[in-house]
Amino acid sequence: MVSVSDLELRLHHVADPEVPALSVMDLGIVRSVRLEDGVCHVDLSPTYTGCPATERIERDVREALEELVGVGNVAVHTVLDPPWTTDWISDEGLRKLEAYGIAPPPRRTTDKRSLLSLHKPLACPRCRSTHTERLSAFGSTACKALHRCLDCLEPFEAFKCI
Amino acid sequence: MKWDTCDPSVQYLLHLGDDALVLGHRLSEWCGHGPILEEDIALSNLALDLVGLARQYYQLAARRIGDGMTEDRIAYWRSDREFRNHVLVEQPNGDFGDTMARQFYFDAFHFLQLDALQNSSDLELAAIARKAIKETTYHAQHSSEWIVRLGDGTDESRTRISASLLRLWPFTSELFEASTVDREAHAQGWGPDVSSLRGPWLDLVHEVLHQAGLQLPEGPAKLLRGKSGIHSESLGFLLAEMQSLPRAYPDATW
Repeated sequence: MVSVSDLELRLHHVADPEVPALSVMDLGIVRSVRLEDGVCHVDLSPTYTGCPATERIERDVREALEELVGVGNVAVHTVLDPPWTTDWISDEGLRKLEAYGIAPPPRRTTDKRSLLSLHKPLACPRCRSTHTERLSAFGSTACKALHRCLDCLEPFEAFKCI
Repeated sequence: MKWDTCDPSVQYLLHLGDDALVLGHRLSEWCGHGPILEEDIALSNLALDLVGLARQYYQLAARRIGDGMTEDRIAYWRSDREFRNHVLVEQPNGDFGDTMARQFYFDAFHFLQLDALQNSSDLELAAIARKAIKETTYHAQHSSEWIVRLGDGTDESRTRISASLLRLWPFTSELFEASTVDREAHAQGWGPDVSSLRGPWLDLVHEVLHQAGLQLPEGPAKLLRGKSGIHSESLGFLLAEMQSLPRAYPDATW
């Protein structure tokens, strides 16, 4: 008999297609996993509105859970409210991001004022220097901004705080 | 499908979704043509956010219409007279200054509009707004920074951004003139009284222009009725391109 914790464990191995270092659990987009009459219900909250990976993630989650409960027995629901923010990323997720070479977002981003202090320098994931600057708020994916380290001179990506 | 007589909450979603889709499409036209690589990426990101937002509105509208309605049907199978966006957002990209002036005017409005929509009595709409305002804050910062950079830059950049701000100014009055649907939305508590957004909008615009060393443009307002389906000629060309594939191959799937 499959339990909810088996299902959650399985989701720890479903990677974000654009940042494969993170699982959907690390990312904090799985709001709830329930089993009702043999059907698994999963609530997912999308990250960035325009993120093209949203549908791919839904499919990956569905397929992974179907391995445990059978094809056709997974219902994925989208939950918009409360909105996902970078605060939903787990501490483990933040560590994995940094190890992967992406500067993690600062905490407590739901405060609107923190959006206005975006220029606060981030630590370079390569050499740890905080002598860095933002090149652009918009990077290679909806979730990333482009920064540069002024000490080791390497450009780096930072997970964008929303 | 009679779009102008359907459920008013659906018509209101079209007001909101059409602004996002049309401006998102316009911005996507910059992809591969940006003045520098970072800006090319930024404009494409703005486009992606806006098209994503349009999808949220259209998916909700499609669920409310039911009867097999889809977001794609809403985006690709309406004619220009059935689009409800402001005339401002369909204006051609022009040069980079025109694009930024259009973006700056719209972002300031969009931020205030979403801020009000967060408290909408339509809870599904409020959920969309609470999500979108975070991204729109980035958009508003980005366009404001460019207005300051261009206004406070060289003689050439100041002259050109001033001309762009003046050229697009007459299109801003429509943002604050309520359509029949806006009035219904306000009466139902779905959305703000758009005329009440004018003061805060002018404050935001004025603050950035002041930083940029630019004057608030003056000039007569245009009488525009994009929200009632009366558009400039630009929208028809935009839709002809955007809708060509699904209209030529109605069963095409990605």
